Amino acid sequence: MITLNINGRSHDVDVPPDMPLLWVLRDVIGLTGTKFGCGVAACGACTVHLEGQAIRSCVTPVSAVAGKAIVTIEAIGQTPAGKKVQEAWVALDVPQCGYCQSGQIMSACGLLASKAHPTDADIDAAMAGNICRCGTYQGIRTAIKQAAQVAPTTGKGV
Amino acid sequence: MTPVSRREFVTVLAAVGGGMLLGYRVDEGRAAPLAATAAAPGTSPPAFAPNAFIRIGTDGRITLIMPQVEMGQGMYTSMPMLLAEELEVGLDQVQLEHAPPDDKLYANPLFGIQMTGASSSVRAFYGPLRKAGAVGRHLLVAAAAQTWGVDAASCRASKGVITHVTTGRTLAYGALADKAATLPVPAEVTLKDPKDFALIGTPAKRLDTPSKVNGTAQFGIDVRLPGLKIATFALSPVVGGKVASLDDSKAKAIPGVRQIVRLDDLVAVVGDHMWAAKQGLAALTIRWDDGPNGTLSTDDVVQGLDAASREPGVIVRKQGDAASALSGAAKRVEAVYQVPFLAHAALEPANCTVHVRQDGCDVWTGSQVLSRVQAMAAQVTGLALDKVVVHNHLLGGAFGRRLEIDIETLAVRIAQQVEGPVKVVWTREEDIQHDVYRPYYYDRIAAGLDPQGRPVAWTHRLVGPAILARWAPPFFKDGIDNDGVDGAVQLVYDIPAIQVEYVRHEEPVLNTGFWRGVGVTHNMFVIESFIDELAAGSKQDPVAFRRALLGKSPRAMAVLDVAAKESGWGKPLPPGHGRGVALLYSGWDTYVAQVAEVEVTSSGEVRVRRIVCAVDCGTIVNPEIVKAQIQSGVVYGISGALWGQITLKNGRVEQSNFYDYRVLRMNEAPAIEVHLVRSTEKPGGIGEPGTAATAPALANAIFAATGKRLRKPPLQPGLALAARKT
Repeated sequence: MITLNINGRSHDVDVPPDMPLLWVLRDVIGLTGTKFGCGVAACGACTVHLEGQAIRSCVTPVSAVAGKAIVTIEAIGQTPAGKKVQEAWVALDVPQCGYCQSGQIMSACGLLASKAHPTDADIDAAMAGNICRCGTYQGIRTAIKQAAQVAPTTGKGV
Repeated sequence: MTPVSRREFVTVLAAVGGGMLLGYRVDEGRAAPLAATAAAPGTSPPAFAPNAFIRIGTDGRITLIMPQVEMGQGMYTSMPMLLAEELEVGLDQVQLEHAPPDDKLYANPLFGIQMTGASSSVRAFYGPLRKAGAVGRHLLVAAAAQTWGVDAASCRASKGVITHVTTGRTLAYGALADKAATLPVPAEVTLKDPKDFALIGTPAKRLDTPSKVNGTAQFGIDVRLPGLKIATFALSPVVGGKVASLDDSKAKAIPGVRQIVRLDDLVAVVGDHMWAAKQGLAALTIRWDDGPNGTLSTDDVVQGLDAASREPGVIVRKQGDAASALSGAAKRVEAVYQVPFLAHAALEPANCTVHVRQDGCDVWTGSQVLSRVQAMAAQVTGLALDKVVVHNHLLGGAFGRRLEIDIETLAVRIAQQVEGPVKVVWTREEDIQHDVYRPYYYDRIAAGLDPQGRPVAWTHRLVGPAILARWAPPFFKDGIDNDGVDGAVQLVYDIPAIQVEYVRHEEPVLNTGFWRGVGVTHNMFVIESFIDELAAGSKQDPVAFRRALLGKSPRAMAVLDVAAKESGWGKPLPPGHGRGVALLYSGWDTYVAQVAEVEVTSSGEVRVRRIVCAVDCGTIVNPEIVKAQIQSGVVYGISGALWGQITLKNGRVEQSNFYDYRVLRMNEAPAIEVHLVRSTEKPGGIGEPGTAATAPALANAIFAATGKRLRKPPLQPGLALAARKT
């Protein structure tokens, strides 16, 4: 049995220790907002936060994250920065099909947690791992900048 | 009264449980062939078969049952806008429901079946949804006027409320719906004058955005059911291959693995979760009987196409005597163009959930062709059609992939062997290696020029499979695949002698189908690259060369001029940079001019710096969605043009995931500007033109930057190859 701290709640799961966090979230706990895209950390759809850092849950063994603070798309809006990012995404109508957007938002929040006012180069570096096949990159870039303008500049972020 | 070309009927019924049900039906000549295939011969159509429903409840709720699916293209916003405009309600007052499968009720008027694709939704529903809304408004006004005993002309509808203008009395739609449902439907109804539009033409916010930023949007892959098992599988790596032998002893020992399903052409592992299924799959030892395709490579495909291209095809456009004009021309230019197989690589991997029982079958999916999914499931299981329930979901991208039902077919076949519901999830590797690919096309094109370099003859012979002959046989007429030739047949340039030929050539080594931009994507690459060759050969500016041939196409000229101006065409660029232009027109009835600016680095890497598009898509329903679709199409097009190719070795696809099937990322994405050219023409398609215009614009920009003419994408490896040769 492994105990996970997800979105502030404790979950005991009986799964193999090498099972990627992605499948624990989706198939065992039922948090389907985190998406499967490639299974090899090449697309970013599965991005979640581990202790405030964006990670790819499809290659993260669940045993490595036991007891650590995991935040998924379902709860990111409860943080001030996450809320600002979501609001910017809505204001600019960023999503198209929407499938990659959970991962995009989690990566963007991770970026803003470490850089309150990211440059274009910072955005490129932080977001290059998140594929969007609908091509919403321009909207994502604008939304990150908009969220940065209103995001709190102090504090640990999300 | 705004004229409507098709015959459109609106019907009104009392809704079960109160309220009004508006249905609409469209009689469309072109719809007949596909509809006829579904109906038994000799039967007459039912007296009342509306295409779609709008419910106005006694609580005032307005529900649009959406026949078209949402896969990113914005239909869950554009279509309710059409209804809300004429019904005189706010967009926020319209609720949406996914329609169930039913060709009779929910057919796309342009195709006669329930289908979302071909950039057709707004084109197909612009008239019917507005008319349905207008009839609803008319009846609600009439109901209010009767209630008050006043003249209907003294009543006004707005935001879901009827107001008697002189007395200020009001009644909400909900209070009027029951009465309105009993009133006679007017034979003619007046649609709003476009100058009075309050919603159409505005950048209304998308209705699907909020659920897509917080993880609550439900895609097919997100289905959760009691007792649900997860399966993944290995399908024969070669089309037509079979399982020769299987050792599953190790897989069965893996915790969480519940069952191994062996079928003719695949082995699936069913588990408690995807990890167990994946681990189980990795532990299988499968020996495949490859069948006849097991030794084939891409070269074999190209040889077959090349041989076919040497024989004449079916003539799809003939104007003047192109052969004589060509042989008599002062100068003759010829080229061979090829485009590779491409995978769709939607970010939601293919998946489908199925529960087969003795007495019924449920299918959970996200499909562009729901009624086909239902019919297939009935056929495979042997159940009656009405025992198959299909639950539709949002699509995590589709790009034509979900016009095919192989994904659902495979899931039903596996589910037949499984007790309880099973979600069949394709790994990314299976998704890339068992796609229904954009075909490989092979084109021979030639032009004759007069002494001034102006084209006097144009011949274009294109060679490829007939997707429509498989997918919609009635649309494959006289040996012509109307999708395959789309864009080539409408060539907008004013050239006195034109001949376009189509050679059907099937290559059964891979399954091929519709890829975003369909036939137009291939044809635009060929035509717009070749016209650029002609301009360069005549030492003329590519924009000026095109302009001189657009005397009969003012809308094409207008978008070209806007794109040239906005892109700074002709202004100096740093060394290694180049601009390329492409001009698109096709059966989507949309004009696009695109200017791409690329940088080719000293190491030969192509970086797309800027894309400027000018778009005339006729009447615009939502300008922000139009812009987003063009941007989206451009990004999809860049991925395909620069890097996209599926290749074969020993009958097997060589690519498998995003590390070897490269797609454009944020750090590589150019600035994309979209300039809308306002028009009052009927709406044109918008989901695909951006993709189709991109590959030639990039190839032409690379030519401008390097002097290398690339006639065979993908362009990045093509450029490296060209550089080595010189």
